[in-house]
Amino acid sequence: MTRPIIEMRNVVKSFGLFKALQGIDLRVKEGEIVVIIGPSGSGKSTLIRCINQLEEHNGGEIIVDGAEVGRGRKSTVLTEVGMVFQSFNLFPHMTVLRNVALGPVRVRGLSWAAAEERAQRLLARVGLEDHVVKYPAQLSGGQQQRVGIARALAMEPKVLLFDEPTSALDPEMVGEVLDVMQQLAKTGVTMVVVTHEMGFARKVADRVVFMDGGRIVEEGPPGEIFNAPRDPRLRSFLQAVLSH
Amino acid sequence: MATNVKALPVMSIFDTFLNWKVFVQTLPLLLSGLTTTLTLGVTAIVLGFIGGLVLALLRLYASSPLRQIAVAYIDVFRSIPILVLLVVIYYALPFVGLRLSSFGAAASALSLVSAAYSAEIFRAGIEAVPRGQFEAARAIGLSPWRRMSDVVLPQALRIVIPPITSNSINVMKDTALASVVAMPDLLKQATQAQALAANPTPLISAAIIYILILMPLVRLVGVFEKRLAVRGR
Repeated sequence: MTRPIIEMRNVVKSFGLFKALQGIDLRVKEGEIVVIIGPSGSGKSTLIRCINQLEEHNGGEIIVDGAEVGRGRKSTVLTEVGMVFQSFNLFPHMTVLRNVALGPVRVRGLSWAAAEERAQRLLARVGLEDHVVKYPAQLSGGQQQRVGIARALAMEPKVLLFDEPTSALDPEMVGEVLDVMQQLAKTGVTMVVVTHEMGFARKVADRVVFMDGGRIVEEGPPGEIFNAPRDPRLRSFLQAVLSH
Repeated sequence: MATNVKALPVMSIFDTFLNWKVFVQTLPLLLSGLTTTLTLGVTAIVLGFIGGLVLALLRLYASSPLRQIAVAYIDVFRSIPILVLLVVIYYALPFVGLRLSSFGAAASALSLVSAAYSAEIFRAGIEAVPRGQFEAARAIGLSPWRRMSDVVLPQALRIVIPPITSNSINVMKDTALASVVAMPDLLKQATQAQALAANPTPLISAAIIYILILMPLVRLVGVFEKRLAVRGR
C-alpha cells in the first residue's frame, strides 16, 4: 500500500462562531488525484487552504509527507506543496518568466539562469513559450492561470492544490486550463482539486469527495459518486449542477 | 498730472518689493540659503523615508512590546508641532548634555516627524496590496522577509508614490522653521538680507524661489496619481 502523502485527522477550523470544517478525515495517497466538490460554503476551499496552512486549523492533525503541520509549527515540508489560486495571484510587477523563476531562486537556491531555464521549459509545457517576457496584465485569464500552474510546478512540489482554478475564467478559457491540468494528472503528481467542473472530476479524478456543511458527506470513485450517489444531499447537489 | 498720481504708487511698489538692484545684491546670500534648505530637506526626507518604512513594518508585523512602541512613536510624533519639537531639541536637550548644531536639531526634528507620517503612508500602502499576493508568496515558500522584499514592498511602494511625494513637499516647506534656531536656510538668509538692504525684496524673492522649487513637485503628485489611476491594479 502506498503511504498517504496527506493525512487529515478530525480537522476542525472555525472562523469566529462559524464552523467551516467540523471534523475532516481525509487521506490522499501519493500520485492520487482527488477532486473535492460541494456547494458554496461547504468548506472545500478551507480544507485545501488548511493543507498548506494558508488557514491554520483549530483542532485535529494534518500530516504532510510524514510531518505534522500548523498549530505554531514552522514546517519546511510546506515548500513541497504547491497551490493554484482561483484569482491566479500572479505577481503583477514581474514578468511571466520571473513569476515562475522566483520560487526556485529564493527557496531552492537555484541561480537565476538555471531557474529561468526551468521556467522557460515549464511555460512551454503549458503552451506559453511566446509570452515569457510579458507582464501578467498583458495575458488573458486562461493564460494567467496557466502561468499560475507553471509557477506552482517550478517548485517541483509533491502535492499540487487547486482552489477553484477555473471559477474566475470566462467560459471559453476554461478548457485550456483543464487541458493542462489533465496533462499534469498523467505525470504522477499528487493533486487535490476543488472545482465545480464535474466533467473534469468524472474524467480525471481517482476519487471524488463530496462536502457539505464542513463535513465530508460521501467519497468514492467518480463512477460511483456520479452514477450511484447514496446521500440525498449529494443527489440534490448533482441534480442542481448537472441539470443545465 | 493725473498720470503722475497713478504712476507714483506703482513705482514705489516695484521699488519696495521687487527692487532689481537689491535682488541682484542679495541673490548670492539667498542661493547659499537655498543650498542649506535643500540639504536639510533631502536629509530629512531620506531619513524620514527609511524610519517610516521600519516603523510601518514594526507596527504591522513586530510582536507585542515592539509594536506598541512603534504605535506610540507614530501617535506622539504626529501630534507634536514641529516647531515645538525643534525648540525642545535645540534649547532643552543641551540641559541633559545633548547639544546639536542648528542643522542637526532641524534635521532631527524634521525626520522624526516625517518618519511618523511616512510610517502611516507605508502601512496604508502595504495594506492596499491584495491578500492574494501575500498568500501566493507564502504558497511558493518564500520566507517572511522575501515575501516583503520581493512581492509586497515593490507593489506597496508604487501605491505610495503620490502620498510620499506629498509628504516630501511638506518636509521641504517645514525646513523654513529651522530659521527659528538660527540655521542659515533660505528664509533666514532672506530676513537677514532684508535687514541689510532695508528692503523686503529678498523676502519676496525667497517666496518665489520656494514656489519655483516646490510647484513642479506639486504637479508631479498629480501626474503620479493620474498614472496610478489609469494603470489600476
